Amino acid sequence: MNLSLISLEIWVIALGLVLLLADLWLPAERKRFLGYAAAAALATLLVANLGDGATGTAFNGMFVEDGLAVFFKRFFIVAAILVLFMSVEFSDRIASGISEYYSLVVFALSGMLFAASANNFAMLFVSIELITVTFYVLTSFQRGRLVSLEAGVKYLILGALSSAFMVYGIALVWGTTGKLNFNELAMVASQFADNKIFLLGVVLVLVGLGFKIAAFPFQIWAPDVYQGAPTPTTAFLAVGSKAAGFVLLLRVLFTAIPGVTAHWANPLIIISGITILYGNLCAVPQQNLKRLLGYSSIAHAGYLLLGVAALSASGQAAILYYLSGYLFTVLGAFTVICLVMRHLDREDISALAGLNQRSPLLATTLTLAMVSLAGIPPMAGFFGKFLLLKAVIEQGATNPGYYCLAFTALAGVVISLYYYFGVIRAIYWSKDAPADLSPILLSGPAKVAIAICIAGMFWIGLFPNTMLNLATEAVKALALAR
Amino acid sequence: MSPLTYIFGWPLLAALALVFVPRNYRVIIRAVALLATFISMLLAVKMFCQFVTGHAGYQFEQQIPWVESLGISYHVGVDGLNVGLILMGAVVAFAAACCSFEIKSREKEFYILLLVMTGGILGAFASLDLFFFYFLHELALVPTFIMIGVWGRGERKNYATFQITLYLSIGALIALIGLIALYVQSGANTFDIPKLTEYVQAHPLAAHSQNFIFPLLLFGFGILVSLWPFHTWAPLGYGSAPSPTAMLHAGVLKKFGLYGLIRVALPLMPQAAQHWMQILAWLCLGNILYVGWVAMRQKDLNLLIGNSSVAHMGFIFLGIASLNLIGVTGAVVIMIAHGFLAALTFALSGYIYQQTGTLEMKELGGLLRKLPFIGTALLMAALAGCGLPGFANFVGEVTVFFGAWKVFPLVTGLALWGALMIGALYLLRAMRNVLHGPLPEKWSGIPDASSVWRKLPYALLLASLLVFGCFPRLLTEKITPDAAKIVSLTDTGTNVVEADKPRSSPAVRDQSAQYSVTESQSRLTSAATESK
Repeated sequence: MNLSLISLEIWVIALGLVLLLADLWLPAERKRFLGYAAAAALATLLVANLGDGATGTAFNGMFVEDGLAVFFKRFFIVAAILVLFMSVEFSDRIASGISEYYSLVVFALSGMLFAASANNFAMLFVSIELITVTFYVLTSFQRGRLVSLEAGVKYLILGALSSAFMVYGIALVWGTTGKLNFNELAMVASQFADNKIFLLGVVLVLVGLGFKIAAFPFQIWAPDVYQGAPTPTTAFLAVGSKAAGFVLLLRVLFTAIPGVTAHWANPLIIISGITILYGNLCAVPQQNLKRLLGYSSIAHAGYLLLGVAALSASGQAAILYYLSGYLFTVLGAFTVICLVMRHLDREDISALAGLNQRSPLLATTLTLAMVSLAGIPPMAGFFGKFLLLKAVIEQGATNPGYYCLAFTALAGVVISLYYYFGVIRAIYWSKDAPADLSPILLSGPAKVAIAICIAGMFWIGLFPNTMLNLATEAVKALALAR
Repeated sequence: MSPLTYIFGWPLLAALALVFVPRNYRVIIRAVALLATFISMLLAVKMFCQFVTGHAGYQFEQQIPWVESLGISYHVGVDGLNVGLILMGAVVAFAAACCSFEIKSREKEFYILLLVMTGGILGAFASLDLFFFYFLHELALVPTFIMIGVWGRGERKNYATFQITLYLSIGALIALIGLIALYVQSGANTFDIPKLTEYVQAHPLAAHSQNFIFPLLLFGFGILVSLWPFHTWAPLGYGSAPSPTAMLHAGVLKKFGLYGLIRVALPLMPQAAQHWMQILAWLCLGNILYVGWVAMRQKDLNLLIGNSSVAHMGFIFLGIASLNLIGVTGAVVIMIAHGFLAALTFALSGYIYQQTGTLEMKELGGLLRKLPFIGTALLMAALAGCGLPGFANFVGEVTVFFGAWKVFPLVTGLALWGALMIGALYLLRAMRNVLHGPLPEKWSGIPDASSVWRKLPYALLLASLLVFGCFPRLLTEKITPDAAKIVSLTDTGTNVVEADKPRSSPAVRDQSAQYSVTESQSRLTSAATESK
């Protein structure tokens, strides 16, 4: 067994433990700066890991280090770094235990890293639980705030329920096939394609994953939790947890049961279409910015499912590309929300009034993020949507449902223009006079985090070549459904 | 570097630079915008003069690979079809920047959006890559919505913004699906328009995919051009837009859909084009007759101009639908002429609105006495709109009618009636109401455009209309060789499909295509001289 393959995960967990220990000795007023130290440590790990091209499997094939895993691990680390920057800015709203907050973020990250490498249903379940359980705590971290506790309880109940479904599904799959390893399962899965109990098991596993990515009909929790959770948690949930759900979904559908997935084009098309419409339509009347982004994140799960439904390598690559654009866009947006609304309880869109006078940089960042989410050139979101649509239309010849899906996505994009522009209008041309015009002072690291997000949005949108090649290489690890 | 890159690059660069200029430096902001559009206009004029007529293929080309795996590259170039459009776009953009003095609030944002819009439009016309073609159009489209929403006028501003955003986004996205489907179905794995055209010539698209994709492009682009019955966004949208936005959108950006039809849809899907053009010919009557009637009932000058601009699109559609050399050439000429005309009329109505605060024709009257320059320019614009010889519109319209007569005599007859009777009726009646008659007391103090700067945009647009009206050869001799290429591609398309199964080698087919180009070219030159 090759332990060096999991060295990254070991380092990350060690970092989490060090953060917990450092809390014991650091004076209280210095504790918030631990976040910068953690971010710096993660950045070092990221850079040190860049050159490491080792691939292989460990733990009897439970853990796989391939192109896909490497791509997602870098993705998760970048996300965690930006979330840690955000958490430092948010620290004054967390009454006590800010170092625990940092270390929980790092532990959630380690769960995501394991998820990226999971090649076995047991590993899948353990990594999902590691992520979800840390998020239960992260969600309800503002103990004095009722909405935060409410969000935590909702996430706990629904999360536990979906985990129960998932573990039941895994048991059924194991019971019928006797396999837990994805590669071994792939060899025998086609023999069980007509076995109802096996299919039920697979569907239950997908229910659990659908909960993670907030796809219809398992999306109910998302708006409430997004609204109530502390902003950095929401951001990490929107990016990290969703991406972890997608990497596992890709592994299950295309590595474990490709033979079965090939027959599932229609259900995937329907789920994707409904998720897009549901997310976009429900986002229209929202007043709370975080809740709006919660619905918009449901819609984006729907767009990402376009790439899954396409059942093709270009669709899978498009998912990876879209996620990487989504990372910078969403984290940029949440950083702005975190900085602007940290002293407000309501977090309404109207609180953005006058932002362009209070801080032109934050106003620009949020505008660019909204433009990118809406899929308008030249931002990252446009090229991502373009790739997803292309992947879907490519399959149009095999199933006319794909054209219907493309038109549904189109309708979703048009609807989404309305609410994204509503946010931009609130920033620049708000009707009600802004209550507070005091300039917002930004700390140096916050500026760095924002600059990274803006650069990422433009880089992925204007020079898609590098990222697209990375994504195309990464998905070579996955099998094709047909 | 191709001059085209500079032509659309300068405005975009200037927009970026303006982001860093503090908002109270109004003079600098205005100067930067004027300078950038002026430079790109000069470059466009220079390019237009240097354009070698009759040169096969594209000129001023530049190609940089962008995403190799998908076959997307940054590729710009001009031939006869778009060289005039780029010139027109650059002139209109400069005029629009000159007219932007009417904007008094949030000038910085307005000029940034105006420059982004300008760069996007000019880039879209220069682009020879389907991806950038769409990308840059979308880049220009979004500022339009914001400008109408923020700087628009009238009580129905919000409704108009909502409507135009909805219509144009849907149109653009339908066209996007069509373009992606075209890319996928062709199997050429390239977004490069010349390569794609060549490839499709050798391997025509299957009939069923053509029949599926063509309507997507026709109606997607059609919505963008206000094809009847998808035109309702246009009059209201233009009526509510600030005049620089209306000038740029009605004049230039709207022509994107028409250009897309000619450049992409016709040559790549000839068989479906033959079929759908029958339908398009009847739809364009909706533009010419129905919207013409609607224009007659308008009480607001801007709504009338907006409707008349929709009606004029009908002639262009008719020219395209005729699918012959004379018709397509005429369509391109009207595209250019109408660009100048629409920009001129919206600029003038914007001036009147700015002075009087209303465009209700009942309240206006006798303005010619107070506004000799503006009034005369408006009168000339109205006459150009009626198709008076001497203005560029006449040349285009008469060419379109010659071209369409052969194919659709009945439609052409009705369209002629619409052009001569309806168009003249509403435009001249509006001029009588606005410019002549008793002058209401409250307008006795309004000033005319006095300084050279104020007169410049109107004079420039009028001069362009007159130059191309008196010397149409400047345009037609550039357009015809390339229009002939498009037409022959559509024709050979049907021939190929008819004689489909015994596949001749590509080389032989190329020769025959070449032959038909030269043949039709010679036919055209005689026809064109006769028509003059």
